[in-house]
Amino acid sequence: MNLTFFFQNVVNALQWGSFYALIALGYSMVYSILMLFNFAHGDIFMVGTYIGFVLTTGLVALSAAGIVVLPNWLILVLTIVLAMLFTSCLGMLVERIGYRPLRGAPRASAAITGLMIGIILQTTVLSIMGAQRVLYPSLIPTTAYTVGGVSVTNIKIMIVFVSIALMIALHQFVQHSKWGMAMRAMAYDYAVVPLMGISINAIAALTFAIGSALAAVAGIMYGMAYPILDPSMGILFGWKSFVAAILGGRGSIMGACIAGFLIGFIEIFVATIFPSTLRDLIAYSIILFILVFRPHGLFGEPYSARLRL
Amino acid sequence: MPLLEVSNMSHNFGGLRAVNEYNLAIEPGQIVGLIGPNGAGKTTVFNLITGIYRPTEGRIVFNGQDVTGHAPNRIASLGLARTFQEMRLWRHMTVLEHVKMACYSKFTYGLAGAFLQTPKRIREEAEVEELAFASLKMFGVEQFASHWPTDLPYGAARRVEMARAAVTKPKLLFLDEPTVGMTPEEMLAMIEVVRKMHETLKPAVFLIEHRLKVVSELCHRVQTLVFGQVIAEGTPEEIQNNPKVIEAYLGEEKVVA
Repeated sequence: MNLTFFFQNVVNALQWGSFYALIALGYSMVYSILMLFNFAHGDIFMVGTYIGFVLTTGLVALSAAGIVVLPNWLILVLTIVLAMLFTSCLGMLVERIGYRPLRGAPRASAAITGLMIGIILQTTVLSIMGAQRVLYPSLIPTTAYTVGGVSVTNIKIMIVFVSIALMIALHQFVQHSKWGMAMRAMAYDYAVVPLMGISINAIAALTFAIGSALAAVAGIMYGMAYPILDPSMGILFGWKSFVAAILGGRGSIMGACIAGFLIGFIEIFVATIFPSTLRDLIAYSIILFILVFRPHGLFGEPYSARLRL
Repeated sequence: MPLLEVSNMSHNFGGLRAVNEYNLAIEPGQIVGLIGPNGAGKTTVFNLITGIYRPTEGRIVFNGQDVTGHAPNRIASLGLARTFQEMRLWRHMTVLEHVKMACYSKFTYGLAGAFLQTPKRIREEAEVEELAFASLKMFGVEQFASHWPTDLPYGAARRVEMARAAVTKPKLLFLDEPTVGMTPEEMLAMIEVVRKMHETLKPAVFLIEHRLKVVSELCHRVQTLVFGQVIAEGTPEEIQNNPKVIEAYLGEEKVVA
């Protein structure tokens, strides 16, 4: 493997890792404060992608018809902002309807509910958008730059930079804002938080909203890089990102980001050595092997009896 | 009008009547003690009034408002704060953050302030930090502001919990066994700390204790709870000499200390 080839794959791995990391954050954040995995999250990512698709298609059509003429970059920005907004509303709805009534119920109930919500979201999108794959409209023409033999497209650069910027913003939010402080407090001791006059339900809803908004951005960027969407796309992405959340350590935000990128690297580099049909088999065997030695993940804490009232 | 008035409150855990026909009135600024043997239901009374459990029967009026069955965050925001018997501090949050967290409602900045150092956020952060340091200072733990709670000596951690509860200047402060697990010297120091806090902030205090020394030093009035039922109420002297109380505590060594 020569150096150019290596760096080419690093670029690809960073791009895939960005998708996994952004989605894994949603799993991890929800787990850290509510100690449940939102198994509908992969499908929330899918719905976010479709919301982005509908918004972009709609805005492009409006521009083409001359009703509201917007430049393409503005369409992209509007799509991202509005899709984040709508998808976070969906996330809050899922929390309100699906999980809040189950607070205090056995955790298996929440897991089953999550899977069912996932199926409901898939079938809803299927019935509205149809079963055929749809093509994500191209807003920004792909330009490839060659740096030292390594080919990088503007889309890939954008994906990696937007992802890292969002992770930094999230870190700022969680470490320094009042809401982030409440989230961290909830993660360590749930029961004391309302006694500070803070509504647990509001913080839970906010956490779902943030996770869903990040998934929507991942979806739109995925649509720009791989412009073919279908309603079952959330399943595989969801499970792989869930693996990233576990690998990073349950509830660890930094762990989810790093593990997302790590899985991107493992997948891409396995595919360069082995036939691509064996990619996931070998890649996820490696991850399983890591988890045998670090069952609580890279940054997670070993299971402890946390007090929850 | 009392600041807190609990009338005929009862609570069942399944078939067990944990609290039975409980009544309580606390005037502003008053310190009331709640004593009783282990398992008498003292902490359950705290959890019922602070909204963690919903009473099966009865009525709770706080600050002129019926708060029966309200969510704990709503009751807390009316001016009721508490500490816990087993300390409830957050690992990986500094002592200063603990106290700032209690001032959550004093932060009013919006989405811009969440990510950027807006003037409003800078001003509010400074105001809250000043409050937080004042509270830490009152309990003598300001030197630990940047420490993790797990690094603190036991007595200091308990004071941090109190500083967190007192920082918002609550009208009513619930203290659940502030001297549990302390040596006699630490206990005397804690009595002084609570007294000083009471002189400065003048909140009403409702205090669970096992040690009669603490109760008689601090409380204006004491209730004795046995099997979820108040068997005696009065001044500390009256309670200490009450034959029913002595009987209930027979064999309980803690009460002698």
